[in-house]
Amino acid sequence: MATVEKQKSDVMLNYLRPRKKFPSVWCPGCGNGIVMGAFIRAVDKLGYSKDDIAMVSGIGCTSRMPVYMDFNSLHTTHGRALAFATGVKFAQPDMKVVVITGDGDALAIGGNHFIHACRRNIDITTILINNYIYGMTGGQGSPTTPGGSYSTTTPYGNVEKHFEPCHLAIGAGASFVGRATVYHYPQLEKMIMQALEHKGFSLVEVISNCHTYFGRLNRQGDATAMLRFFKERSVTTARAKNMTAEELENKYVIGNLHEDNEKTEFCDEYQKVVDAHKA
Amino acid sequence: MDRPTKRLLQGNGACVEGAIYAGMRFYAGYPITPSTEIAELCARQLPRIGGRFIQMEDEIASMAAIVGASVSGLKTMTATSGPGYSLMQENIGYAYMTETPCVIVNVQRGGPSTGLPTKVSQSDTMQARWGTHGDYNAIAVAPSSVGDTVPETIRAFNLAERFRTPVTLLLDEVIGHMREMVTLPQPGEYEVFNRVKPTARPEDFVPFELTPNLVSPMPAYREGYRYNVTGLTHDPMGFATNRADEIAVKLDKLTNKIDNFKEEIFKSRAEMMDDAEVAFVSYGSVSRATLQAASLARQAGFKVGSIQLYTIWPFDYDTIRKLCSRCRCVIVAELNMGQIVHEVEKALPENVEIQPMLRYDGEIITPEQLLARLEEVI
Repeated sequence: MATVEKQKSDVMLNYLRPRKKFPSVWCPGCGNGIVMGAFIRAVDKLGYSKDDIAMVSGIGCTSRMPVYMDFNSLHTTHGRALAFATGVKFAQPDMKVVVITGDGDALAIGGNHFIHACRRNIDITTILINNYIYGMTGGQGSPTTPGGSYSTTTPYGNVEKHFEPCHLAIGAGASFVGRATVYHYPQLEKMIMQALEHKGFSLVEVISNCHTYFGRLNRQGDATAMLRFFKERSVTTARAKNMTAEELENKYVIGNLHEDNEKTEFCDEYQKVVDAHKA
Repeated sequence: MDRPTKRLLQGNGACVEGAIYAGMRFYAGYPITPSTEIAELCARQLPRIGGRFIQMEDEIASMAAIVGASVSGLKTMTATSGPGYSLMQENIGYAYMTETPCVIVNVQRGGPSTGLPTKVSQSDTMQARWGTHGDYNAIAVAPSSVGDTVPETIRAFNLAERFRTPVTLLLDEVIGHMREMVTLPQPGEYEVFNRVKPTARPEDFVPFELTPNLVSPMPAYREGYRYNVTGLTHDPMGFATNRADEIAVKLDKLTNKIDNFKEEIFKSRAEMMDDAEVAFVSYGSVSRATLQAASLARQAGFKVGSIQLYTIWPFDYDTIRKLCSRCRCVIVAELNMGQIVHEVEKALPENVEIQPMLRYDGEIITPEQLLARLEEVI
């Protein structure tokens, strides 16, 4: 047992930045750490070179993640990560470009960049950690805050409708879309591996806990209680097929939701133009 | 040497020729009058030389994409006009903070807001210096003709690469859309500067190291240097800091790496200034009129000169003061409600009379108007 634990931590230590000052900015129990662990193990299993990975992020708790890992990290402006990442990928098409983002970053201020990156089907993997709230600024409502939920800017309950990030991505043209939760760790790790290996725009939505704000304001308890909540409310795509819309209400459908391996990818198509017209 | 290539070009076309000569291989942009021809020409020409063009969803994204591509290792450019330049300011600030070389072309039109899409203006001169929030230093370059635009675009790229900073190339609608015969430069005719790459071992690499000239060597991606780039105020390792001593050091670096080399960056053209008692100061398309007005005044026997600013920012107060040392009156001509005139006021002693010659109705300043103003002061 001790040997297994040691091997696990060696994998993490190999990918954490040796010169970065820890601890992280995240609250104890934050789901972000689980996602970072899953990402590192996925990269390790796939055997990618660290030099070939660019991690691009915007602003928010989630967006701090690339800073802790020993890849090329580009921590950019609020909502714009996908636009910066488009520049990186288009300039260096052989790199694995990964965007780490949150629900506010990707879907509010970055909503336009999100749908256009999906539309181009540019080969970027986006990991969208959805905790239904703005964490870094202290618990304000986001585009995924469910109707009726409490936040510091919806003190009487949210009157707005919310986005379903996966549906938005599929509608906008993304060619790989999946949803996982921080409770379902093995599935999350596997899904990240599939997304990284997929050619085209891939989205992994990760349902995660902000017990500090969303959990507290909505009486969902601490990190453990929220993980239990995700466990109880999740249904697999296979099970969901046989469930009615009513039965699926307030459930998290987890698994691969959409995969299209035939769709052409942006950088590949542009390279064809270059090959055809280069003097 | 090959025969010189002469081409009838718009200023916007000359800009693209200069950019490609300087090594620009990545363009991201969004259509906006009067800059759109730059995007169209890049879309056509870049694939032919193995470069890349992308039309982004807006100017915010365009600016983001050219920063991402520049950090990746390419020379990058975008072009826009006032409304788009306003949108870009967020990520221009990111480029200042992260010290990312790139060139932003602003083919100026009248503002504020949507303003005058097809009319000339120079009303973004101050925005080129102060457009984004926070403390930083800015470089802005302004050609005055289609022919000028080729070497000045090359110079804008060289300055961006040399100083690791975004550089604004200020064109205006007249230069952008005017057509003139241009002699394209031969290979080797102009120096092309490329960003300095690090030589340290990756484990010793300090990405924002305080070097003697304050410009840190910059690797491309996949060259073995993995480092952090952030818009947060950061220490020399590139990690966010809240330490008072490190914050001031970073802001001093951004400011002094340009201020300390003002003489290298500043460029002006002084004509008939040796004994001038009255001088015109201008930049951009207006300089064509001021030079002609000064020549006509000389023919009539008046001691009149002309100073054209090729570098707007950083403004070189000392040089302007020296050039105007014999002047009793300086007429500052610009297509706005008075922007550079205030910098000239700062540069000159109180006994020099400063006359703004301003036009902001979408029309050009003519030599006749300048001569009429000259008559008032002589």
